[in-house]
Amino acid sequence: MTEPVLSVRNLQVEFASRRGTLRAIDGVSFDIAKGEVLGVVGESGAGKSVTGLSVIGLIDPPGRIAGGEIHLSGLRIDNLPPEEMRRIRGKRIGMIFQDPLTSLNPLYRIGDQIVETIRTHLDLSEQAARRRAIDLLAEVGIPAPEKRIDGYPHEFSGGMRQRVVIALAICAEPELIIADEPTTALDVSVQAQIISLIKRLGRDHGTAVMLVTHDMGVIAETSDRVAVMYAGRVAEIGPVQDVVKTPLHPYAKGLMGAIPTLAGDDKRLVQIPGSMPRLSAIPRGCSFNPRCAFAFDRCRVERPDPLPRGAQSVACHLYDAVPTESAA
Amino acid sequence: MSAPFVQVRNLRRVFDVSKPWLNRVLEGGHLEYLKAVDGVTFDIRKGETFALVGESGSGKTTVARMVVGLLPPSSGSVLIDGVSMTDPRQAPARRRLRRRIQMIFQDPYASLNPRFRVDAIISEPIRAFELIQGEGDIQARVGELLSLVGLHPDDRLKYPHEFSGGQRQRIAIARALASDAEFIVCDEPTSALDVSVQAQILNLMRDLQDKFGLTYMFISHNLAVVRHMASRVGVMYLGRIVEIAEGRELFARPRMPYTRMLLGAVPDLAMSGRQRIPVKGEIPNPINPPSGCAFNPRCPLAFDLCRREAPELIDGVACHAVNTAPVPA
Repeated sequence: MTEPVLSVRNLQVEFASRRGTLRAIDGVSFDIAKGEVLGVVGESGAGKSVTGLSVIGLIDPPGRIAGGEIHLSGLRIDNLPPEEMRRIRGKRIGMIFQDPLTSLNPLYRIGDQIVETIRTHLDLSEQAARRRAIDLLAEVGIPAPEKRIDGYPHEFSGGMRQRVVIALAICAEPELIIADEPTTALDVSVQAQIISLIKRLGRDHGTAVMLVTHDMGVIAETSDRVAVMYAGRVAEIGPVQDVVKTPLHPYAKGLMGAIPTLAGDDKRLVQIPGSMPRLSAIPRGCSFNPRCAFAFDRCRVERPDPLPRGAQSVACHLYDAVPTESAA
Repeated sequence: MSAPFVQVRNLRRVFDVSKPWLNRVLEGGHLEYLKAVDGVTFDIRKGETFALVGESGSGKTTVARMVVGLLPPSSGSVLIDGVSMTDPRQAPARRRLRRRIQMIFQDPYASLNPRFRVDAIISEPIRAFELIQGEGDIQARVGELLSLVGLHPDDRLKYPHEFSGGQRQRIAIARALASDAEFIVCDEPTSALDVSVQAQILNLMRDLQDKFGLTYMFISHNLAVVRHMASRVGVMYLGRIVEIAEGRELFARPRMPYTRMLLGAVPDLAMSGRQRIPVKGEIPNPINPPSGCAFNPRCPLAFDLCRREAPELIDGVACHAVNTAPVPA
């Protein structure tokens, strides 16, 4: 097997606060292969965005990476000095954030912003960089790019701005793109366009994509594999079809049933009682146990480790040494 | 059959978005108007859930605000249980009607006063309409309402910041029920919530509807949520209703090309092998909408009539192509 583009091992992220240290990420591990799209899904506070930020080295104090390792194509990047990390960020890892208006500088023409980024990372002349910028804008589907390149961000609609941000993210041909809720601020019809764009880029350039979103529908349409996060841990990870159709973890099961679908019938939605625990009050043992209908004694004292189960991997005691489908 | 509970007729709302007078004189330019809602007509029967769905800027929230009387319409009428929301002569009847109409807003962080304790928030409608006399009885009623929405009666002594988003939305629902409302307008009630919490709130809203025979007007951009909640659905595009149908019918057999595109664009869990209509273009600028049917620049079926003349809503669809020729499946 070839080396994964991104390999995260037992990542731990802590935030120091007045009331002690809060652990936002607690032992997260996953790989993303070349050309693969990994969806990271979870509710607010699950730690999806913090995972993305730690990979690109943007965890600011009081937060810090307290343990674990992050490798980018074999190179360990979680302990690099800021200066070296800056050369990797943008060149080898591209970023797409939720709000395209805040990712672009409103005072500069979008062309200048793209040219600046290209010339920071690649050794190109002003003219060559501008030609490349026009090609990039055309590739992300902006009509008349040779005219639009001299426009300011406010002259673009939300969907078009997000396309510009994607052009910025791919301008140095990165190995990995981190997209944090890239379509959340957009309307459905525009969202569909952006999703197919991200999918096409991964396919055409062999870029690995980490797609962070709360929208399971977006994941189902875009990703090859999905990681379901809960309270700073990966509850379940596996191929997207398997996790959507036959989720194993009780939380993943509840989550899939809680999503209204267009094809579904009108019956009541599956309801998970309660809500995600605060970081200051993560329950002992499995963090999901107070909300779990299948919790037993072991869940309240011992934290479950990920167990392989076919192509999926699930962190739940129900699947430990229980060969039958007792959790169905 | 009796008259519909809510009758909305030819509702219009125009906003003046011109530059200030002095700028117009010095810099040139002319008056500009934005037709946020342009001739919207629908009925809501008692006990049903009528949903308006559309993308941002389609005018759904503006319609909701005019229906409850938070915003005066530029023209057109809203009749609720036979009482006009606009006619000044019916003001006394409207005052009696107010109690029976409530609204739930999108952002539960903004719709609850952070300086009010929960009991003050929920009892406000009770006190304003003088429904219950005596402090003890009011507090008992507040406790009852809190248990109704799945909170603890003792929660009435807390402040909004002590609750999560989903719990706040429950408080907002309790407040809406406090005046024994019959008609509740819900503007994106679950858009700010996580999916597992959204499921709790949607289930709660349906339980309360069964229990009290509530009538909902439900505004959302999320088609799957609308599919789950609504008995009838109106699809809005640039200030007009382009298609209106029974929920089941609309999602099984969408007729207007825009509805088809919208349904095709929704990322869905049960997506595999679905025939997708590729989405093209974006919503045009509402200040300067295209002539004729506003959807014509994006429509695969558009022909010259669509560019000249805005289609009327005939038999639930406002589309020249559908109304003059059968749509190819």
